[in-house]
Amino acid sequence: MQYIKTLLKKLMDAPGLSGFETPVADLIRHEWEDTCDEVTVSKVGSLHGLKKGAQPVGHKARSVLIAAHMDAIGMMVTELHGSFLRFTDVGGIDPRILPGTPVTVHCSGHGEVIQRPGVIASPHPRAMAPTNGSIPMNELLVDLGMVEAELKSQVQIGDLISFNTHPMEHGSDVISGHSADNRASVTALSTFLRNNKNRQFGWDVLAVATSQEETNFAGAYTSSRSASPDLAIVIDVTFAKGPGSNDWKTYASGKGITLGLGPNIHTGFMRKVKSIAEEIEIPISVEPMPKHSGTDAYAVQVANAGIPTIVIGIPLKYMHTPVEMVNITDIKRTAKLLEGICSELDDKFLKKIAWDHEENDGTAED
Amino acid sequence: MELPKIEQRHKDLLEKLCNAAGVSGHEDEVRKIVLAELKGKHLNVRTDALGSVIATPKQRDASKPLVMLDAHMDEVGFMLVSDDGDGLYSFELVGGIDPRSLPGKQVLVGNDKVPGVIGAKPIHLTTADERAGKLSVESLKIDVGTKGKNIQPGDRAVFATKLMYVEDNIFAKAIDDRIGVAILLQMMELEFPNIQLAYSFSVQEEIGLRGAKVAAQSIDPDFAIAIDATPAYDHPSPDGSIENSYYNTKIGLGPAIYTYDGSTLNDPRLVTLFKRVGEEEKITYQLRQPGGGGTNGGSIHRANGGVPTISISVPHRYTHTAILLSKLTDWESSVRLLAAGLSKMSYELTKQPRP
Repeated sequence: MQYIKTLLKKLMDAPGLSGFETPVADLIRHEWEDTCDEVTVSKVGSLHGLKKGAQPVGHKARSVLIAAHMDAIGMMVTELHGSFLRFTDVGGIDPRILPGTPVTVHCSGHGEVIQRPGVIASPHPRAMAPTNGSIPMNELLVDLGMVEAELKSQVQIGDLISFNTHPMEHGSDVISGHSADNRASVTALSTFLRNNKNRQFGWDVLAVATSQEETNFAGAYTSSRSASPDLAIVIDVTFAKGPGSNDWKTYASGKGITLGLGPNIHTGFMRKVKSIAEEIEIPISVEPMPKHSGTDAYAVQVANAGIPTIVIGIPLKYMHTPVEMVNITDIKRTAKLLEGICSELDDKFLKKIAWDHEENDGTAED
Repeated sequence: MELPKIEQRHKDLLEKLCNAAGVSGHEDEVRKIVLAELKGKHLNVRTDALGSVIATPKQRDASKPLVMLDAHMDEVGFMLVSDDGDGLYSFELVGGIDPRSLPGKQVLVGNDKVPGVIGAKPIHLTTADERAGKLSVESLKIDVGTKGKNIQPGDRAVFATKLMYVEDNIFAKAIDDRIGVAILLQMMELEFPNIQLAYSFSVQEEIGLRGAKVAAQSIDPDFAIAIDATPAYDHPSPDGSIENSYYNTKIGLGPAIYTYDGSTLNDPRLVTLFKRVGEEEKITYQLRQPGGGGTNGGSIHRANGGVPTISISVPHRYTHTAILLSKLTDWESSVRLLAAGLSKMSYELTKQPRP
């Protein structure tokens, strides 16, 4: 548990906006170099950690890709406005959560990037047209406490803005902060690799910390194509129950993880994983994903000739706010489920999950 | 006299004061810091019936006017009002907080400073109409993540922001009015042969200037100066179409001398004095735009038979939010202006004709 907490907090504290993942990728690489046989970076910045399997002689080498996106939502400078900045969001942010939020502006005006702390400000009502509602994002400002000339020399349009709050611990199992989406899943994947450092599974396991999920899924599209795995597991956060969110789309935090069900998901693989979870006593809810799953699975599923893909969800409260909240127990469960799945990977596994699996129970000859 | 400077020890003290919790009516942690700072000072120190700390001269010398310096210890914050289960608590606002500044903020709950957050519904589950509207306080909860131990309705909560000094910027919660508390404590380091000073570290400013009212009644000073932090609304308008003519104050332009606010016509003789010493000593200062709002001056100037009173405040942006921005230069100019003005005060002022 302590490993999970320490790693999660470290990953949450690192910047790594969509398309600019290097700071967090470096931290993950440090973990994976110790637990994988090979660690490489893709052309669009995804991190690949290969854990070689014990491939039986005479059979095609099989591999499973396990993806968790490492990029985080944030903001980007759109305009210098007097001694203030204007910005837009990178990934979806509700403007109502922004006024009064501490941020870091990654200032590129002098070439090398300099991080400067600032705060998101809502202009005083007297300086705005009257409103009874929220302040739209294009009217919000970032204040670095600089005068206009200094700001002009330091900040350029396109400079990144990340949240500048640090993770909080709540009791023994709960952590909150920005970027728990999706560093919680990266932590689960890293924990799985660490727990199985000295173990060889039947198949190659390719851990991928994907880039650009929050914007265009570029990491998931490209890593799944180049790796061409036989199966894919996508880990992402899902909606936890909380104030204002209690409908069918939400799951109690700390009470178990979810398995997606829908068009992005391979039904046979999902059913098999569900039975594995039941066997090793991991509480699972089936999460309806009627259309786009909103995860990397959307991209991974259609790579090459198509890849049987499942989605594991870790419930997260207050998604896409600076105070996302996750229960460590669910991260631990995810790591354990990955271990349970990988333990079952043998030369018959693909048959066991084939469409119409009831007629084809995997006992047929190869 | 040599005018004071902000030294590292003052910065350390302000950091401690801003990071402390002290919601109106529960100023205990701030009071402890103040009482510790008052130890060994040659003053009579007491905590009054409301919880304000009052420090007065050991011996009154009637040949010198008694000048009361006031700063308030309390800050805006929250009180938990019901336990909604699973670590969720409903809360009420204490002091004037815009609920629009609350979602997505970290807080500390109770005397044990239990970490909590004020969350918001994920954007994915909201509609465009919802996002264009306001979130009500009733819809927001303080979430301590797990069934709260030692937390109960009635506990206070404050923003969890920790002070940061960045060049000449101060980013912190509760600069309003811990910066005033720090200034009062710094004034104690100075000698003013022309006056005697009494200090009021008041409670309950944010909910109606109540601590200062009884403090002034018991101190019964000849003059009073309320040292507070005043909002700077010096923002541009979104599309430049509206000229922001109501900015109250601007940061970087020095301490704000009050003339007229929502509750006080500041004594014109004191206003003139402080403007004059500002010019003479070449201290940057500004005049707060007359208008609504106010300070403890509002209750002090009507205490007993009346007290000639002035407010001098340090400007800051983002008042009553999780993170305020103030300038070290404005803080330093404030202590300089105050010291320069105090060294010129005498009974003569009261003999000057009122305009």
